[in-house]
Amino acid sequence: MPLTLNADDIAAGIARLAQEIREKSAGATLSFVGIRSRGDEVATRILTLLAENDDREMNFGILDISLYRDDFEHLHENPKLQGSDIPFQVDGAHVILVDDVIFTGRTTRAALDALSDYGRPAKVELAVLIDRGHREMPIQPDFTGIFINTHRLDHVLVSLEGTDGTDSIQVVEAPTP
Amino acid sequence: MARKDLLDITSLDRQEIDRLLDQAAPFKELFTRSVKKVPALKGKSVLMLFYEPSTRTHSSFEVAAKRLSADVTNFDVTQSSITKGESVRETIETLQAMRTDFIIVRHKSSGLPGVIAKLTKAAVVNAGDGAHAHPTQALLDAFTIKEQYPDPTGRKVLIVGDVLHSRVARSTSTILKKLEVEVAYLGPGSLVPKVGPENIRRFTNYDEAMAWQPDFVYLLRVQMERQDVQYFPSLREYHRLYGVTEARLAEIRDRGIYIMHPGPVNRGVELCDAVMDYERSLINDQVENGIAVRMSVLYHLKPESGDS
Repeated sequence: MPLTLNADDIAAGIARLAQEIREKSAGATLSFVGIRSRGDEVATRILTLLAENDDREMNFGILDISLYRDDFEHLHENPKLQGSDIPFQVDGAHVILVDDVIFTGRTTRAALDALSDYGRPAKVELAVLIDRGHREMPIQPDFTGIFINTHRLDHVLVSLEGTDGTDSIQVVEAPTP
Repeated sequence: MARKDLLDITSLDRQEIDRLLDQAAPFKELFTRSVKKVPALKGKSVLMLFYEPSTRTHSSFEVAAKRLSADVTNFDVTQSSITKGESVRETIETLQAMRTDFIIVRHKSSGLPGVIAKLTKAAVVNAGDGAHAHPTQALLDAFTIKEQYPDPTGRKVLIVGDVLHSRVARSTSTILKKLEVEVAYLGPGSLVPKVGPENIRRFTNYDEAMAWQPDFVYLLRVQMERQDVQYFPSLREYHRLYGVTEARLAEIRDRGIYIMHPGPVNRGVELCDAVMDYERSLINDQVENGIAVRMSVLYHLKPESGDS
């Protein structure tokens, strides 16, 4: 039976992220960097919640990590570029890197490389809406919205309202051999 | 649609052109960062095989490849065994043994990059072959025009000079026609081809060409080192008849026309000094865009070398 999470579950996950980030970083100027695609939407939604009862300055940027991937050799066609937009000084910034799902950790690895080419942040923390396990790199999130148990070959299909029209998360199980 | 080589514009469909151009913009954004380099082609090798002298195209490709983290090797033909009589085929077999991933070729013979492309697993980019094609110049020109008019449909580009011997004119006209941009030629009757792409207006008189109301005036370089000079009475005469003089620049400014040139410019021939300070001169934009577009090309081509 495939697992499905709905809009309420997603809203609760994002609220948990906002709450944890607020508690841990009181007063600091935070710079949110969402990883394309959907990490940018998760970051925007966290920012919206934080802004409700917090008037400190916060930055927002978007990172396209396509040029930093480590699997070019295995792709038939290179990924479509959408470009990054980091409209603030990365040097010395306290960055919260945001992604929708963490799986192997390779995307985060690529994002850290990409970010370092914009400057040297004072601190980088990682916030993910979903942790589905099966890391292949020594990378762990600092803030997690929802934990999901999956098999390594399962597909986690994330759909977010701003990007895809509806909020839902589906785990499609890999066919048993 | 993984493509191995880029040999000309004719073989690209509209979708591929749009993709190469749209994807050049994210590369251009990188140039504003302190680190302008990305690791996309880390560990890949790019060989520059220039049988004809070129400073600008050569350095543009070299900068593009280096900003993608590729390793660049210059195969300096003037010092190589080519002067000892080694054939192109022998050279390519040598290069094949070096397992290079990309070869950037410039040669005076039309079609030679295509021959090399068939002989090698490497992705081959034509950096200019005879009067045939110069596809990356065409792409950077189209990109530069689209920066001013994101939808260039119906805009008018007047190409001025020795159209007959110009691979720039040929490739750039071809891409502009594919983007549904109107193209016209202006130059001495002997240098503007009677045959060629359809629906291209031909002018021999500057004022008649301006009455066509172009949005861009694209000045071709007078090739001092080639045979061009003999087609004109004199360079001063060329400037008087087809060059952007100070008086013509005033009119161009009034009409808000953009000026383009593939470089390097011959001041006092194709244009007067004042053009270099003209606010709608896109000549420096073309140089910068050339790097971004060539990065996009290298990023999208898929060599056959590797695991496959």
